[in-house]
Amino acid sequence: MISCGHAMRCLRRMTALLAMLAVMAVSAPVQAVEPDEILPDPKLESRARALSLDLRCLVCQNQSIDDSNAPLARDLRLLVRERLKAGDSDADVMSYVVARYGDFVLLRPPFKWNTLILWLSAPVLLLAVGTMLWRSTVGAPRGGTINAAGPPLSRDEEARLANLLEVRASDPATPPDEGRPRQPG
Amino acid sequence: MVVELGHFALILALVVAGVQMVVPALGAWRGDGRMMAIGEPAALIQLGLLLASFIALGYAFTTSDFSVANVFQNSHSTKPMIYKISGVWGNHEGSMLLWVLILALFGAAVAAFGQNLPATLRARVLSVQASIAFAFCMFILATSNPFARLDPAPVEGQGLNPILQDPALAIHPPLLYAGYVGFSIAFSFAIAALIEGRTDAAWARWVRPWTLAAWLCLTLGIALGSWWAYYELGWGGWWFWDPVENASFMPWLAGTALLHSALVMEKREGLKVWTILLAILTFSLSLLGTFLVRSGVLTSVHAFAVDPERGVFILGLMVIFIGGGLALFALRAGELRQGGLFAPISREGGLVLNNILLTTACATVLVGTLYPLALEAVTGDKISVGPPFFNLTFGPLMLPLLLALPFGPFLAWKRGDIGGAAQRLFVAALVALVAVVVSLAVFQRGPWLAPFGIALGVFVMMGAISEIAHRVKLGSASREEVLRKIGNLPRSVIGTALAHFGVGLMVVGIVATSAYQTETVLVMKPGESADVAGYRLTFRGVSPSQGPNYREQIGTFEVTRGGEPVVALYPSKRIYNQPPQPTSEAGIHASWRGDLYTVLGDAQQDGAGYSMRIYFNPLVRFIWIGALIMSIAGCISLADRRLRVGAPIRGQRRRSSPQPAE
Repeated sequence: MISCGHAMRCLRRMTALLAMLAVMAVSAPVQAVEPDEILPDPKLESRARALSLDLRCLVCQNQSIDDSNAPLARDLRLLVRERLKAGDSDADVMSYVVARYGDFVLLRPPFKWNTLILWLSAPVLLLAVGTMLWRSTVGAPRGGTINAAGPPLSRDEEARLANLLEVRASDPATPPDEGRPRQPG
Repeated sequence: MVVELGHFALILALVVAGVQMVVPALGAWRGDGRMMAIGEPAALIQLGLLLASFIALGYAFTTSDFSVANVFQNSHSTKPMIYKISGVWGNHEGSMLLWVLILALFGAAVAAFGQNLPATLRARVLSVQASIAFAFCMFILATSNPFARLDPAPVEGQGLNPILQDPALAIHPPLLYAGYVGFSIAFSFAIAALIEGRTDAAWARWVRPWTLAAWLCLTLGIALGSWWAYYELGWGGWWFWDPVENASFMPWLAGTALLHSALVMEKREGLKVWTILLAILTFSLSLLGTFLVRSGVLTSVHAFAVDPERGVFILGLMVIFIGGGLALFALRAGELRQGGLFAPISREGGLVLNNILLTTACATVLVGTLYPLALEAVTGDKISVGPPFFNLTFGPLMLPLLLALPFGPFLAWKRGDIGGAAQRLFVAALVALVAVVVSLAVFQRGPWLAPFGIALGVFVMMGAISEIAHRVKLGSASREEVLRKIGNLPRSVIGTALAHFGVGLMVVGIVATSAYQTETVLVMKPGESADVAGYRLTFRGVSPSQGPNYREQIGTFEVTRGGEPVVALYPSKRIYNQPPQPTSEAGIHASWRGDLYTVLGDAQQDGAGYSMRIYFNPLVRFIWIGALIMSIAGCISLADRRLRVGAPIRGQRRRSSPQPAE
């Protein structure tokens, strides 16, 4: 529906100009959602707006068709509304658009083999960083009431503990005259 | 002539940086005090030379010397003076010069104020700092010379992109760079500590003020950028998860984590290895941000430089500094002695949780930003990663962070009492519950989660207030006692509470405006009215006008509320003379309830009206006010005598901190 030539022209404009907004400049009297696009049924319209937020304006940098004023974005907005009027469910509309434009059109990438790392990195990192930090500092049982079930302190650790408590005594947080280790808890 | 002198000063600065990179490091290695002492004068001379160079470029811009290619490409004789000046850094070459200037400024500050640093540490810090300056001076001279001449000289320049001709954007880059580049000090200290093979609480105390200064500049810079996008881009959004925004957000997240982990290191000598790693990573992300924006690899909103040669050069620098830093870390981190053991429920435990969540959030943004590039490079598949992805992955990490935040300051070091903390937060939780009810009553529609989001923000704000109230024994001590305690509060405590209060305020603003923004799109003819959020807007037509370097069409709205006149709004559409590019200026009425935001659209084909876009953004100002409060809090903390730059001398420290930590 949109010729390659047109898309290329848009892209050339994009790079030629200093910033994204410039597109609005050259490409004419179109603003994001125009009054004439709005569907009379407010329920349908709000569904269309929600879907538009997840669809990428293909010739823009990182803009949804809801935000964009490029002509192609308008075409896509009208297409979404047409499908909704035809009675499609939200999922139907999305798969219709994806079938035509590919995954690139989705601002929230689908969960697939090639996006595994993308989607799993956050939970995996949370676990990894969490375990690393926790174990290196907190997790290891340091005796007494902190973790009664843990193994007893080794002689080395006892010495370190004594050393630490001594260090604490000269800690800045403790008034200088209070020369004894503070009771924990 | 001045321009050539500027060019020459830049070359000299490169040479001085080279000397400063090599000689003090050698001196520290050989124990030669005279060689180490070269660091300070070199750092100051380097600053002087770069300043001269920068002033020379500024002179070329302010006198509109179009024989300089950079001035020709980015300035115009009719531009207002402020934008001639901001034009110096409104382009690739000039902004890189500003980058090294700020780098030199921080380096010189270490030289000037670091008199009480151990000599070898100071020498090494200055040496590492100079190596960064050397590399970037080299980059500028080799690929981005701002002083290149044109022959014959053009008569007139090409002008600055109109959307960049804005007061907020004039100071946005310097602030952002002060943040980015300020983290170089933490990096240099980390590298120096790794070379020395030792770090202690004093190290953290030296690093923290620098990090804090950088952090508060970055906070302000990002907030200014977001505010600019809000009123200039014209669709009422304030954050777009644009790669270039992410580029500045990642160092901010890592830097925020670093501020908190350095606290543990300073007070309890814990998290040493982790803090060093964070210091390296934070500056690495700053370099990555510079690379992403400067290499044009993203070609997004702000990417004004599209040139692979530069990209490859910066990529090389990144490999050297990040790779070198991390390699050194891998080699030497094992030698740093870990200290400061603590129970899971403790102040340290809270700060560790903060670090886990912030670094994961940062990593999420990093992966989301780079993944499409990497995937396309490896498999050729093109995918988009946009706001829906970030909202889905970033948001859930912020929830536990915000929920846990108010508890942190109530927990004792080493081993805290969660029950006691919960008791002290009882009032805050109660107020948060009231906030749920109030927001349900005020905003009757919208997502069901939103009132809880607002309540979370209120909880954080009230938590900060509760902490101060608890410290001054509000309600249990006499009035005089409370007032005396308020006067005695350490500034770092006030700073912490205020910063957390700012975070809460920002959360309220973010949730309210995201969930309850209303948008009205319609065609209006002169004389017609629209009702939005309790306001009645009457359109009075459009009239032409002439600005200093643009023509504009100004629409007029009369705004009334309950029949009373409130304000007149003038949204306009401008066309700049040079370059001939239109922009849209929103007409905004700010009130404590939120912003009424109007955008003038185009005339209808039949000439009978204009398309209009009217938004109401509830509590949106809270976002930037929150950021401003966070920056002010940073300044207050910075003024704490225990944190004063270069303050840490053991004896002094004891005398100057009579308050117990809890």
